[in-house]
Amino acid sequence: MQSARFSRGFSDYQIKMAFIMPTMVLLIVMNIFPLLWSLYLSFHRYKASMPNVPAKFIGVQNYARLLKDPEVWGYFQTTAYFVIVAVAVQFLIGFGLALLLNREFRYKGLITTLILLPMMLSPVVVGLFWRFIFASDASGLVNYFLMPLLKLFNAKPIPWTTSTGVAMLAVVIVDTWMWSPFMMLISLAGLSAIPKYLYEAADVDRASNWFKFRRITLPLVSPLLLIALLFRTMDAFKMFDIVYVLTREGGPGTATETVSMNLFKLAFRNFNTGKACAMAYILLVIIVALSSIYVKYLNKVKERA
Amino acid sequence: MNRFYLSVVTVMLLFLIAFASLTHAQKTLTVAWAEWLPANYLQTLSEDFTAETGIEVDVVQIQWPSFQSQVDLAFVGKSNRYDIVIGDSQWLGMNSVGGHYVKLTDWINENINVDEIYGPAMTAFAEYPKGSGEYWALPAEVDANGYVYRTDLFEDPKEMEAFKNKYGYELAPPKTYKELRDIAEFFTRPPDLYGIATYFSKEYDGITMGFQQVMWSYGGSYGDPKTYKVDGYINSADSLKALEYYKELVKYSPPDAPNYYWPETLAAYNAGKVAMAMDYFAFLPGAIDAKENPMYHDKSGFFIAPAGPKGHYISIGGQGMSISSYSKNMDIAKQYMKWFMQKPVQEKWAKLGGFTPHKEVLESDLFLNATPYNKAFAASFPYLRDFWAVPEYGELLDACQTNWNAVIVGSKSAKEALDEIARKHEQIFEENGYYDE
Repeated sequence: MQSARFSRGFSDYQIKMAFIMPTMVLLIVMNIFPLLWSLYLSFHRYKASMPNVPAKFIGVQNYARLLKDPEVWGYFQTTAYFVIVAVAVQFLIGFGLALLLNREFRYKGLITTLILLPMMLSPVVVGLFWRFIFASDASGLVNYFLMPLLKLFNAKPIPWTTSTGVAMLAVVIVDTWMWSPFMMLISLAGLSAIPKYLYEAADVDRASNWFKFRRITLPLVSPLLLIALLFRTMDAFKMFDIVYVLTREGGPGTATETVSMNLFKLAFRNFNTGKACAMAYILLVIIVALSSIYVKYLNKVKERA
Repeated sequence: MNRFYLSVVTVMLLFLIAFASLTHAQKTLTVAWAEWLPANYLQTLSEDFTAETGIEVDVVQIQWPSFQSQVDLAFVGKSNRYDIVIGDSQWLGMNSVGGHYVKLTDWINENINVDEIYGPAMTAFAEYPKGSGEYWALPAEVDANGYVYRTDLFEDPKEMEAFKNKYGYELAPPKTYKELRDIAEFFTRPPDLYGIATYFSKEYDGITMGFQQVMWSYGGSYGDPKTYKVDGYINSADSLKALEYYKELVKYSPPDAPNYYWPETLAAYNAGKVAMAMDYFAFLPGAIDAKENPMYHDKSGFFIAPAGPKGHYISIGGQGMSISSYSKNMDIAKQYMKWFMQKPVQEKWAKLGGFTPHKEVLESDLFLNATPYNKAFAASFPYLRDFWAVPEYGELLDACQTNWNAVIVGSKSAKEALDEIARKHEQIFEENGYYDE
């Protein structure tokens, strides 16, 4: 009775709006406004720590200074290297694990859950305990286990987080440990959605395993794989927490200083808000461009499938 | 009837809760400080203030890595979360110019006997711009970089003899950086023992606090504080020599030393990995605590940072006590600060383990004998110096941290790093109008 009165009092349009408006308001306040405000600030000299000093319009100076700074290009190179290596390794491991788990065996549920655990941990906690695992002397767990091998070759313990040559590898290992399960999860979802009869038909035709993988598994699972790759690429581009904790703010030197790490320092350590906004926009443009390429390719793959 | 009584009781309870929270809010002073022992001492000390005035004091301890950003974010948001902030000396510029600290010049001149406070501490922790006589804080905890060393090694006759044979002079706590290097080299016996643990880390102000005192003592400097010219100062021949010297110390440090900041140097010392470790004196209770350092707590000696070929300077540590502009308890905050600076309170502060800025207390036997390292700490006082305290200190610090750490790990030469810092610092000063006529 009451609900009839309610629906008589409002038009369909009003009800629709009543449902949409809270989300719209939230989006505008939390996303659209900050996006536009930061775009405005990126053309100004402004420090959030100095609210009594008004923002001064300086045109594209923030962008120009950033793009002319060789150190900033270095941060982009470091980030690109990390994204390519980490995402590729995670993809291979994650997809490989999914292929192994895509069959029935004892304790499958338990093993899958255990593999998923790293993904559920806080990146700061992960960074902290890997800091100890990667200690540069024999007190680090990795070096401790490698010690017999290192002694065999008369080599010193590996300076995981203190050598410019190895530190990025350490970051990639930690990120891979943490995020390969995500790749595995999405791949597994894709693999389990492939109809069994396709494999049965291939078996009848005496198709080889490689043929089945190439002609059935890969084409059908690739849209989901691409989505997983897209998510991981976007996330890896924003790598901050593990680098902040594990390699102490992107060290040694600038060996693991990603764009996001530098952005954090610009925004919250140095409070160079205008410049930080410009940097964030450069990063945003790159991520949007990369995502567009992925999405285009994804659409093509879907069409083919 | 029951419903009536229930309503009355509920209303009364609500009134009580509201009243209690109101009185609680009015009578609690919130002090923000980093998470370390001096903050515990202050909480204990403040119980006396509560007993005298009935005002509760809550010393909020923020973890070191996020200390600055949490306080800054509270300021940027104009939050009244903190009434008093006990912040680093470098924060003075940003927080005074940014309007986050209350200007205390008149109040200090009327209520505090500045002559009782150690002069350099007042300049470092309270005054901005330097030499202007404008005060924004009162020194709370004055600290300096110092060294702890293993007496079981330094006083071992065999070690002493071997050292003398090798270097031609007695093994004793070093007075110069050359001696420090020799001793560090002498005790480097990998993989079990290394000579020294010092700050090399890129974290916050790690390597800068460790290296700048060497740079000053070798004759280098950050720049001209009047003209803000940097080129030719920070990348001078003296600074270069200092940086090359500092890099050499890596050879005599444990393998993970490029990541060493205050927790790591202390941990390395307590684990028996090193013969000497540099740390701020305020962290050194950890070296004499039997629980934290079961092996060497009673075999530890202390010495002040050595002198260089062209002078003797030591990085200042510690913090000043400022009132937040967004506090709703400014009068209580001032009352607390006035109470804190009284001599008997400072005496108790020193007794608890705090590093007092009160001249008379600092020179008293009570203070000098309070801990095994207080004498070395007091001896460091005349040599204290600080980093830039301008509002842009964060950017200036970042350039130093990144480049000096890069030298330590071998990805840049000392010359390249110093030239890069000079370029960056001048760019920062230029962008912020320091060179405008």
